[in-house]
Amino acid sequence: MNARILPYVLILPVTLFLCLFFLYPFVLVSKQAFSTGAGFTLDNFREVVSYWKFPISMQNTLLLAAAVVPVQLALALLMATMVNKMQKGRDIVLYIWTIPLGISDLAAGIIWLAIFEQSGFLNSMMSGLGIVDQPVNFLSYQHPGVVFLAIALAEIWRATAIMLVILVAGIGLIPKEYYEAAEVFGASPWKRFTRITLPMLRPSLQTALVLRVILAFEIFAVVAALGGTLFPVLMGETYAYQFDLLNSGAAAAMALIILGISIAFTLVILRVLRVPKGATI
Amino acid sequence: MTLRLKIAGAVSGLAVLTTVTAAQADVLFWSTQAKPVEEAQAMREQVLAGAGDTVDYQPNDAGPWLTRLNAELQAGSGSIGVLGALHGDFSAMDPESLVDLDVLGVSASSDTFNSLAQLGTDKPQYIPWMQASYIMAANKQALEYLPEGADIDALTYDQLIEWAANVHEGTGSPKFGFPAGPKGLKHRFFQGYLYPSYTNGVVRTFASPEAVTAWEKFAELWEHTNPASTNFSFLQEQLLSGDAWIVFDHTSRLAQAFNERPDDFVAFPAPAGPKGRGFMPVIAGIAIPKTAPDMDAAKDLVKYMMAPETQIATLRATSFFPVVDVELPDDLPPSVQAAGAAVAKMSSAPDANPGLLPAGLGDKGGDFNRIFVDTFERIILARQPIEAVLEDQKTRLAAIMEETGAPCWAPDAPSEGACPVE
Repeated sequence: MNARILPYVLILPVTLFLCLFFLYPFVLVSKQAFSTGAGFTLDNFREVVSYWKFPISMQNTLLLAAAVVPVQLALALLMATMVNKMQKGRDIVLYIWTIPLGISDLAAGIIWLAIFEQSGFLNSMMSGLGIVDQPVNFLSYQHPGVVFLAIALAEIWRATAIMLVILVAGIGLIPKEYYEAAEVFGASPWKRFTRITLPMLRPSLQTALVLRVILAFEIFAVVAALGGTLFPVLMGETYAYQFDLLNSGAAAAMALIILGISIAFTLVILRVLRVPKGATI
Repeated sequence: MTLRLKIAGAVSGLAVLTTVTAAQADVLFWSTQAKPVEEAQAMREQVLAGAGDTVDYQPNDAGPWLTRLNAELQAGSGSIGVLGALHGDFSAMDPESLVDLDVLGVSASSDTFNSLAQLGTDKPQYIPWMQASYIMAANKQALEYLPEGADIDALTYDQLIEWAANVHEGTGSPKFGFPAGPKGLKHRFFQGYLYPSYTNGVVRTFASPEAVTAWEKFAELWEHTNPASTNFSFLQEQLLSGDAWIVFDHTSRLAQAFNERPDDFVAFPAPAGPKGRGFMPVIAGIAIPKTAPDMDAAKDLVKYMMAPETQIATLRATSFFPVVDVELPDDLPPSVQAAGAAVAKMSSAPDANPGLLPAGLGDKGGDFNRIFVDTFERIILARQPIEAVLEDQKTRLAAIMEETGAPCWAPDAPSEGACPVE
């Protein structure tokens, strides 16, 4: 087959699939968001934005992303470098670290709920050690900080692995010669990390961050399990509009707002971590 | 070879035919009720096994329930034969998509229920199927803390607060349990219990001075409420675990506690306020979507569900009470006996002030509930000033009432046109 057409033929099935199952529903959702039955309107957006919980859920979602993603990035970098240095048992460690990746986010939320609950593991441990007389209720409206911390912890535990996998693959691609040259010139391990690993890892970092940040804005099940209604987030409000209030228009508007935020952040990350032309490995 | 092929073809053809006929005989009962596994199993084995046709009982959450139903209605053809859901689920639907059921000749013994089931039309759109209510329950250990002179079957809100305070003081931890979790039915407490008891209304009196008192009283009660209540949705769990000693919830959400340890708990009527003992019934109904594949089989199933024996079997399976006149047998499960006695005391109390389920709100039922949930979250959890919150929420409530044009329902005084928020 003509070598010029071949790539397009090869991506045709995926393109068709995406058009049918992503673009078409997306067009339908946008239509729903911008109409209330009669013509084009912004009423749905006005309704969701003027609801008193909207600023709170927006703030919570952004705060959570701001707290979780940097920690995950640092952890994933640390773990990826460690894995890379290992001579023996590298695969085993990698498998174990990626176990949380195979657990659904709701299950992850429930696991952490079992720890933080009033009759959970943390409470039994603390009362067993004599630190508290009777079980403390951590996940209550009186301790919003603890609720936030529990959700952040569960998210870090659950979703660091996805960044780790991408970064491990990226580090494996960096040619050994750079490190050998740096060692000859007496560069310290830290210098090698900041001057070779990080810059060479840029494309992987870009992918990992884009993926993680988008997922962070879509956080839902972990919050639902640990915070219930105590910690409103954008996705939870979307669900409430669709299923509690049966208001698909407002739910579609919320979905588009989340999409807008995700696109904005993706563009920022792509711009900040851009790889100059011709500077690939 | 060809003969073999022919035989194989005939066999597979027969197999296809039999599966088709088998599928046709099945009536799909698509329900939002009796969701817990044990209840669903009891529905299948004890209630529906006696129906003429094979019934496929499939309970689901209200969201997915409605999504599939709407998909079938939009497609104009479907596999759902009979619908089972709460009054509120049906009232959110377009009555046009349900089959008129006056031809069946079955109905509930309560005229109020029957007129609610018309959903604003002049023919029944669903048939009242079973009923329940919300009651109070307590651990027997809490009884020694009852305030002096208080009768547990005729408590007032003040006595309840005092009782909860005594337990709090005596045990060192707040032991009142309230279903304020994400799936909890807290809004019904405000709509059917707190507001009627203090203001003799729900909509008209939403922001009245009496309503301010009601919220102040509830805030007092909240001082002695287990703060984990914001995670409680089925208080039978907290009764059994001991996290809560005095609780308010739906009868079927307390049933497990009474069935597992009948001697440890008591059920009693909801408390009374200055305007009487407000309480609210819950009605579930059965209906037939106009896309039902086998209309006759669906109608037979609806009739079967309304037969007195089926109603009693349903009571055993779900702890929901019959809506037709039946003689209740003596060997009912402990939860049914306890709840039945409490509901009977509540409705026959001299100061009873029964409210009705919100009606005429159409698909705004969820928004109406959200007004009360938001008011609770702002006043009680976020501690915002009561008057300001009520004034703010009042405009949203008024907007819903005007948009739907829903007239007032008891205990609000009747209105001409949309129920006004005063």
